[in-house]
This record gives sequence, structure tokens and C-alpha cells, in this order.
Amino acid sequence: MIYLDNAATTKVSEEVFAAMKPYFCEQYANPSAIYTFAGKSMKAVDEARKDVAGLIGAQPNEIYFTAGGSESDNWAVKAAAEAYRAKGRHIITSAIEHHAVLHTCQYLEKQGYEVTYVGVDEYGVIKLDELAAAVREDTVLITVMAANNEIGTIQPLKEIGEIAKKNGILFHTDAVQAYGHIPLDVDALGIDMLSGSGHKLYGPKGIGFLYIRKGVRIGAYVHGGAQERSRRAGTHNTPAIVGMGSAARLAAADLEENMKKQAALRDYLIRRVLDEIPYSRLNGHPADRLPGNASFCFRFIEGESLLILLDQKGICASSGSACTSGSLEPSHVLLAIGLPHETAHGSLRLTLSGETTKEELDVTVEELKKIVGRLRSMSPLYEDFCKSQEG
Amino acid sequence: MYSEKVMDHFNNPRNVGEIENPSGVGTVGNAKCGDIMRMYLDIDGDGIIRDVKFKTFGCGAAVATSSMATELVKGKSVWQALEVTNKAVMDALDGLPPVKVHCSLLAEEAIHAALWDYAEKNNITIEGLERPVDDIEEKIEEEY
Repeated sequence: MIYLDNAATTKVSEEVFAAMKPYFCEQYANPSAIYTFAGKSMKAVDEARKDVAGLIGAQPNEIYFTAGGSESDNWAVKAAAEAYRAKGRHIITSAIEHHAVLHTCQYLEKQGYEVTYVGVDEYGVIKLDELAAAVREDTVLITVMAANNEIGTIQPLKEIGEIAKKNGILFHTDAVQAYGHIPLDVDALGIDMLSGSGHKLYGPKGIGFLYIRKGVRIGAYVHGGAQERSRRAGTHNTPAIVGMGSAARLAAADLEENMKKQAALRDYLIRRVLDEIPYSRLNGHPADRLPGNASFCFRFIEGESLLILLDQKGICASSGSACTSGSLEPSHVLLAIGLPHETAHGSLRLTLSGETTKEELDVTVEELKKIVGRLRSMSPLYEDFCKSQEG
Repeated sequence: MYSEKVMDHFNNPRNVGEIENPSGVGTVGNAKCGDIMRMYLDIDGDGIIRDVKFKTFGCGAAVATSSMATELVKGKSVWQALEVTNKAVMDALDGLPPVKVHCSLLAEEAIHAALWDYAEKNNITIEGLERPVDDIEEKIEEEY
């Protein structure tokens, strides 16, 4: 099997798994309990909190553990809207957010909030002038993702943070894809809230966090306990929290080296695909993109067919095509960067891990060439295109 | 998510290709929604479909329903072909996931479009055959 869907989830690293293991059957205490046995569990949670905070230059008491990225996004956006309701009911976001932010904004619109969806350029970079122009007296939140999950484009967070700060508006970023993959510093970037997830960086699933800058007064997300400074109740998921901390520590140790290594392989893959498969294009920014993300569109074919045939060759990949999402519309991200529908339907996302090898990418490109050729041979769009070229 | 029959027809689609100077050809669907089917028919003087070919841009279900539809009409008369409904195509494939039902409608519509073209070229009327809709997805939205 060749696994190239690391933006969907990653394998838990052996080291992370080893760190988690004692917290299931041995050190199983509820960390909030009073006895010595529980104290060790609380110490482990505190250690993890330090590691998670360290990766973004935050203080440990600004980290709130959640059940994952989607929860963190929901919390940040809903609670900020509620907390600052007296100031206004306007939120600014981008057109290419993950659905955890996009659908939360749509939910708030039904509650009487107004949302401005700022557009992006052809590479998926947010239009900063549009963003600045969208700011109003009653704007309470700017939420823009750190890096896009489909096309990998990294957003100009520092510039967005400056616009937010200048206007006294909270700035939240969904960093689920970026956390642990590129350097992020909440102070340097002017970030007030940041969502992260464990399973995108070789940690376990079902654990994430929301960074909330000290002084940002948003309310609790889950009521019913004193955990997480009474803002997110519920017994600590100790093994997962320990795993998240371990994953953050490992990511911090090799961040620069991993970025370089993965980006080199990514660029090799991109070059081969663009050189060897005609009528293909790279989606997202050529340079300012996640080190492990390669996103393509192949004209005249449809993404789901491509994925099924890749799967039959043991290659796991994903697509932003309509048929994989259960709707007839192709990905909102690909449409937002200006692709026509028929091109957007033929998308393929390959996302690398630290374990991905050049050999795996070579096999993938060879299979891809055959599959794209086969699907084009049965595509009426390709038939029409070829005839138009002849004529 | 797909039945074995759907996967079989996707992996080994029957009757893929084109027919030169076909008796009738029909294209349905649109790129916006991600499915386009083109059906070619070769019909003899007795109204029997001697050969049928297809080309499809679309998902696994779109390819499989096109392939199955060609099998169901090959060797049949144009009147029998008219009776090949989207349900017949689905049943022959052991069902489709609910979100893919529109692919079977597209397959039915592709046969009808090719038959319509045949009827127009030969200046005949096939009883029960309606003019194909230009935008299949609009029709589907009305029906669901």
C-alpha cells in the first residue's frame, strides 16, 4: 500500500504510541482526583500542555484540550460571536475555509449574524485588500485558516493579524493542517485563537486543542466541570492528551528538517506529474504551500473514478470532486480559485508524510499516467477536445 | 459503497468507444455536475440495435450505469430499448447508493437521446419517446 492521504489523517508514530500506552491500563486515574495515583496523570497532562504550547510560542495555560479540530473551530467561532455580541454581529472569513468554520459561520448567519466571505486569488491566497475593506465598526471576529486542507496554500497570517489588531478585532486561525508542519508563532503573527488537531501530526485521533490568548474573554464550550479552567468540561482524555503532547514535541524537534525533506519530495512529485501528464495543473501556490501537499487537476476526467482506480493499485489518495462528497457541486476551494466546474471535477490531492519515499512517488506517477490515459480514452470531453484540435 | 456488479462494470466497462456514422448519437448531462454520457447506436432496417458504444465523463457509478445500459439495449429493438428504465439499470447492477441514483437516470436519458437522434435522422416517430431534456440535472432536481 502507498498511503498519500496524510492530510486526512496520519499514522500514529511508534514513539507517540509508546508514550500513550501506560495511560490506558496502568496509569488510568482521573487526573482531577485528589490521591497521589491521580497526581501522576495530571502531571502528564500538564507536560503535554507545555509541549503543545511550545510549538506555537504560547503559554501552557492558554491551551485548552478539545476532542479535535472541528470542535476547536466551532468553539472559537461560536463563542467569540456570542461573547462580543454587544459590540456587533459581523464576522469575516475566507471563501476557502474548512467546513468546520464555513458551516459554523452559516449557522451563525441563521442566528442573525452577518458574515463576509473574502475571496482568494488564483493560488488560493486571501485578498488582503478585500479583507481590509470588509472590516466594519461591528466586526467582532476574523477567522482565516493557516493553510488550506485541499490545495495546501499558506495564508499571510502576519498581515491578517495586523489588520485585526489595527481594528481591535479578534483573530482566529484554523491551523489544523499547519500545526506541526510549518513554524507558527502566535505572538509574531498576532493570533488570538488557534485550532489544532493531534492526528494530522502522527498523534492520535479524537484530540485537539484551542489556543486562547490570555485576556480573550470567550465563554465555555462544554459546561459541567472544572477541567480546562472550567471552559471545556469533561474528564481529561489522558492517553490522547499525552499522545498529542508527544507528537507536538517530536514535531518541534525536527520541524525545519522535515519541512525541507518533504518539500523536496513534494516538488519532485509535482514536477514529474506536470511534465509527464498533459493537460494537468497544480492547484495552490507553487512555493507558499504545505511541505507535504500536492494538489492537481486533470482535464477531461472525474476525480472519483481516478481514486477508485488508484485504490485498486494500492494507492490511497483523495479528491475534491463532487462524487466523493455526496453533493453534485465540486469543491468550494477549487471553484474559489477560479477553476471551471469540469476542471474542478478532475482533482487529485496527494499528501506526503515523513515516511513517504521517492520510490513510492515514482510508482504513483507511473500508475497515474496509465489511469489518466485510460479515463481520457473513455471521456466524451476528451473526444470532443481531440476533434476540435484536429479541426 | 458500490456493489460487486458496479465495480465489475466500472473496471471492465462493456462497449466503450465510438461508432462511425452511427444511426443515432445522444449526449446528456453537463460538466457542471460532473457527469456526461454519450451513447452511439447502430440500428438496422428492422429497428434492431446491432451495436452500441458509449463514452462517459463521470464517477464510478456513471461509468457502470452507462456500461450496463449498453448491455441492456444491445440486440434489442428500439421499442424494447425504450423500456430500459433507470430502475432496470439499477436493478441489473444490484443497486446504487442513493446519492448515485441520478447516474442511472442519466443512462436512461442517454439511450433516449440517441433514439431521438435516430428518429429525427430517419424522419420517423417512436411512440412513447419524448424529446430529451437539455439539462438533465434540472430534471433530476425537479424529481427529487
